[in-house]
Amino acid sequence: MILFWVGLLAVTTALYVLLDGFDLGVGVLFAFADEANRRKMLSAISPVWDGNETWLVVTGTVMFGAFPAAYAALLSAFYLPLVLMLCALILRGVAFEFRYKAMIGFRWIWDLGFAGGSLVATFIQGMTVGALVEGLPMKDGHYIGGTFGWFSPFAALCGLGLVLGYCLLGASWLVRKCEGRIRERAYQLLPVLTVGVLAFLATAFVLALAMHLNLMTRWLERPYLLVFPLIGAVASICLLKGVQRRDDWAPFRFSALIFLAAFGTLAGSFWPYMIPFALTVGQAASPAASLNFMFWGAGLFVMPLTLIYTLLVYRLFRGKVADARYE
Amino acid sequence: MVWTALLLSRLQFAFTVSFHIIFPSFTIGLAAWLTVLETFHLVTGRPVYRRVFEFWLKIFGVTFGMGVVSGIVLAFEFGMNWSRLSEMTGPIQGPLLTYESFTAFALEASFFGVLIFGRKRVSPLVYLFSTLMVALGTTFSAFWIMVNNSWMQAPVGYAIENGIFIPTDWKAIIFSPVVWVRFPHMLVAAYLTGAFCVAATGAWYRLRGIYATEARLMLRMGLFLAAILVPAQLFLGHLNGDYVHDKQPAKFAAIEGRWHDEQPAGEVLIAIPDEAKEENHLELKIPYLGSLIASMRLDSKEIGLTSFPKEDRPPVAIPFFAFRVMVGCGLLMMASAWLGSFHLLVDRWRGERLLLWATFLSFPLPFVATLTGWFTAEVGRQPWSVYGALRTADAVTPTLTAQAVTISLIIFAVVYFIIFSFGTLYVYRLLKIGPVEVEPVRAGNPKRPLAVSGDSPIVETTQGGGLL
Repeated sequence: MILFWVGLLAVTTALYVLLDGFDLGVGVLFAFADEANRRKMLSAISPVWDGNETWLVVTGTVMFGAFPAAYAALLSAFYLPLVLMLCALILRGVAFEFRYKAMIGFRWIWDLGFAGGSLVATFIQGMTVGALVEGLPMKDGHYIGGTFGWFSPFAALCGLGLVLGYCLLGASWLVRKCEGRIRERAYQLLPVLTVGVLAFLATAFVLALAMHLNLMTRWLERPYLLVFPLIGAVASICLLKGVQRRDDWAPFRFSALIFLAAFGTLAGSFWPYMIPFALTVGQAASPAASLNFMFWGAGLFVMPLTLIYTLLVYRLFRGKVADARYE
Repeated sequence: MVWTALLLSRLQFAFTVSFHIIFPSFTIGLAAWLTVLETFHLVTGRPVYRRVFEFWLKIFGVTFGMGVVSGIVLAFEFGMNWSRLSEMTGPIQGPLLTYESFTAFALEASFFGVLIFGRKRVSPLVYLFSTLMVALGTTFSAFWIMVNNSWMQAPVGYAIENGIFIPTDWKAIIFSPVVWVRFPHMLVAAYLTGAFCVAATGAWYRLRGIYATEARLMLRMGLFLAAILVPAQLFLGHLNGDYVHDKQPAKFAAIEGRWHDEQPAGEVLIAIPDEAKEENHLELKIPYLGSLIASMRLDSKEIGLTSFPKEDRPPVAIPFFAFRVMVGCGLLMMASAWLGSFHLLVDRWRGERLLLWATFLSFPLPFVATLTGWFTAEVGRQPWSVYGALRTADAVTPTLTAQAVTISLIIFAVVYFIIFSFGTLYVYRLLKIGPVEVEPVRAGNPKRPLAVSGDSPIVETTQGGGLL
């Protein structure tokens, strides 16, 4: 049962990263677009962003229910960054509605909130992953690092890396949903972003080796983990080829694959720890009575149903966003 | 007063959760009302339902977004500020919140997209179904939250092993009688909030002499519903009082402002409680009524606060006053709904500007009642986080510094202030503009730049057909 819930947590986390990843990425790219293109960019994500962000809540609550010790330790460790992330998500969330309700003169406030909120939220998500990879100061399953114990240059680098990564997803989504100038611009950005993401991953890898991070010993123990970076490399090549062919569907597929490969790499090297070298999956898990209760309803029925209607909503809003000629 | 991380965390939670509850209590009612409107429109084909629907949908859009984003904060705050609580009660509260996010959040968030952007893309029946799903999602959400909170108020079905709360009986947790008086109380509160906002808007248009048909519809539907629901709500409130009397006697004594055991007990209508001296000033008290309300007898003995050790007593002033404000709002709502409905029935609205003004000005009442009701419930639960089992002081994150919570509280206050001010302004503007004529075929929000291309003149034709 613990395995089921680890698996489900992995699925919801991956879904969150992929789905909110692209709309956060579009949010960051939004800063560099003009008004006409901004409208199209928003239209490309408006119907789905809310559902995407829900996966963050689902991930959080699944963790609360299935692994309360990890939930308590992680959330209290990253106290201030999470406050910032939540406020960033609030500002970008309300911007979808507010920018069109605001008087033209005030629109910049919400545009700033939208792009800035997307940027800050992304950066913080990357930074928390970086801090986890580097290892949090923990004792007996509790965080002991103090208010700023999570910060390190490595973590900040990972924050920047995720900004690049989400932009890659975002640009791939725009290629798929938009036409005209914006699609072309996204195509031009894609190779740059791909190379940027690869460069970041390589730097992070080398740094991790150089810093003798505990996590890296995993790679000696588990050489089969190399399969994930390989998948990532192949996906990058396919992505670049897709860009050359101007195949609108290829970039999102392959950038998602790059993300999944990176996710697999991390998960594989964390296992069986939830917080590396401090708290294992088994230690963090809820008692069987809780896991079973969640399994028979939420796990077995509601989760598949949720996936189905998420798919249906995406199907409903398939196709390109037309030129927005009217307000 | 020392500004500890504990006190600041309590303030922050109170602030963020109070801010949040304003939106769900409005949108739960509104979602149900939208479903009713869409159904009426499909059945009767009268365009006025559609106009009113589109109008309220816009307002729903703005407020729903604010509810979603302010709700995410709460899902995180449990772990951030109350890590001991989440660690210890996670096996019980966690699964309940997991059920909430799966059954409610995901449902409403996905179909909300269809509601706002999908009018042209789906058939009228599917659109109605989506409206219903959003309404259902908001209701589920309220249900799981009430299960969770009721467990904190009156914990059942658990055992404590190694300091961890282990669930032993989920049925007892979910079907606890406390849930089944508190959930309806919250749900009806939400419906009343929706009803009064709708009626107030109708009254406002009538006062301004515009949108006569729409105003009439809003007034009638809002006031009639309220006239039925307010008495039901008072009754449900009484049932809530019964559970507090049985399970949380200290809270009950605080609400009643009763310091000493009394037999028979009087009912303090109004007073100024003095916690230091353990007595009331300027007390207005009716003899026997306290026993009657609490136990339905004239001679029962009712417990006073001094029967509890000081460290087990809740603060008195907040539950005492909050409760009275809530009841006061309830009585005012009853007067407003009944008077208004009576005049509507005999159709003597013309010239009754005073009554219209009263209806218009009554829209804050349900919000205030909901907030003060929650203040009563939550402050009255203190000093416990899980009543009788886990103290709030032991629930807070042990490593949290006062400095960190001060920073976060300021950030939340600033951000919430900004979005609340603008949100209110935008809702006000939408209300002021009022229901505009909807193009029958090219439906949807005309202000949106969203023409997602792709399918389907066919869908649009059906859409048009459904309107006639």
